[in-house]
Amino acid sequence: MNSKLADKMATGVFVLIALIFISLLTALFSYILMRGLPVISWDFLTEASSVVREGGGIRDQLFNSFYILFVTLVITVPLGVAGGIYLAEYAKPGKITNFIRTCIEMLASLPSIVVGMFGLLLFVNLTGWGYSIIGGALALTMFNIPVMVRVTEDAIRSVPADQKQASLALGMTKWHTIKTVILPSAFPGILTGTILASGRIFGEAAALLFTVGLSTPELDYTNWNPFAETSPLNLFRPAETLAVHIWAVNTNGIMPDVTEIAAGASAVLVLSILLFNLLARFVGKIIEQKLTANKK
Amino acid sequence: MTTAALKQETVFDINEMNLWYDQFHALKDITFPIHKKEVTAIIGPSGCGKSTFIKSLNLMASRIPGVKMTGDITFNHQNIIINKPNLVDLRKKVGMIFQKGNPFPQSIFENVAYGPKIHGIRNKKRLQEMVEDSLKKTALWDEVKDRLNVNAFDLSGGQQQRLCIARAIATNPDVILFDEPTSALDPVSANKIEELILNLKQNYTIVIVTHNMQQAARISDKTAFFLHGRMIEHGDTNQLFSNPKNKETEEYITGRFG
Repeated sequence: MNSKLADKMATGVFVLIALIFISLLTALFSYILMRGLPVISWDFLTEASSVVREGGGIRDQLFNSFYILFVTLVITVPLGVAGGIYLAEYAKPGKITNFIRTCIEMLASLPSIVVGMFGLLLFVNLTGWGYSIIGGALALTMFNIPVMVRVTEDAIRSVPADQKQASLALGMTKWHTIKTVILPSAFPGILTGTILASGRIFGEAAALLFTVGLSTPELDYTNWNPFAETSPLNLFRPAETLAVHIWAVNTNGIMPDVTEIAAGASAVLVLSILLFNLLARFVGKIIEQKLTANKK
Repeated sequence: MTTAALKQETVFDINEMNLWYDQFHALKDITFPIHKKEVTAIIGPSGCGKSTFIKSLNLMASRIPGVKMTGDITFNHQNIIINKPNLVDLRKKVGMIFQKGNPFPQSIFENVAYGPKIHGIRNKKRLQEMVEDSLKKTALWDEVKDRLNVNAFDLSGGQQQRLCIARAIATNPDVILFDEPTSALDPVSANKIEELILNLKQNYTIVIVTHNMQQAARISDKTAFFLHGRMIEHGDTNQLFSNPKNKETEEYITGRFG
């Protein structure tokens, strides 16, 4: 077989694989959207869900998903970024660093249902909080810290070495160099990584089943005091998220329009995650352009 | 004091200086002075240790894992190898320019003001004066004075390199080290850097590593020839190029190897 033919065949195989992927993805998306989009309406998004009657919405679930995402990020980003800085700039290569890295990788690959069970033991039972937003956020933190550490470390390592050199050669200390040169340069990478990780947090169900629970108390959206019992901001209340809701109505929903609700909620979930991804690309591109404007 | 006597004042006294990368003996018994307000060129083939040497003068070399240095580099009456000086102070006094312009991804103004800010200058007016002064000294002022807030990456390669020189000058150093500053530039930009170095010599001591022997001949007062980690010959540039004492120096400058 001559090399030209081999080259053509290789190209063909890769194009074929790409096509299979694209068609799978399109099929999946159009299935979810075709079933879900007709259900989505302003009422669907702003009505509370109903346990038995027809026509319930997903208002609380949608809010819970975003709120848990927010709380998780507040905990994860500072810790993850700090860990990433440590691994990229301070950790000396050796056994201890390798051990830390292995631990982080293990954490990242833990099945989320296991994290959920662990969260149940620790954040629900041991702390006595019961099902709570903070418990769920901490469970999500456990497998998102590794992602953030990795994202930060990669972003820092991809900062051109000569910029770091320039700063050190000007007499800057290491910490000052990290603060004023490395982190600003690594920022777009960290930001896009965070947004992508957000998509995963947003769609997570298994880890939340046993930590934030399957119900949401009656919420009063005019009460923004986070310590009030009925406030949506209360960290110590149970909070069913969108992904959990989809699972719950599918397994034991008794309302007559179960399929519609599940389809609509799935479509909202998928669209939100799609939005996160597009946002990540868009923001990343804009910042990158700002930072590296026409490198001729 | 006569001019001649002044010229012989040394800034760096290097004595029996050695450097290892782990087991690799990269610099062997380097001994020669670097004179004040002169341009000292370091020449030699690739891998001769000239870049490692210049990085030793501001201790950037000691950042590299596995590097060990012995001997004596005296700067400001102290041996910087033994005494472990405050790196912030040392590098404030010994600025460095790299092969490729490496501005920060910030505005032109911020780039130049970076050093002075760190070294404690907060007064806005004072900063502006320093930025203007540094940019004038690097002949960049007229080209950028209307767009100081533009990102430094918008400048051409040569301008970026001059911006980096301005950034180094802004911390008010005694010495500026140039590590092959023109090797990534087109001839016209390279020429401008050379002119600049000749101007800067009035106020600063300059050490330049270069691959380009014509460049060394054009701009330097003293030249040191490095080969296989040793300093083979050091002397007046004119003399070293016209009448080298060492056979290897002669072979190198006449282009028989390297």
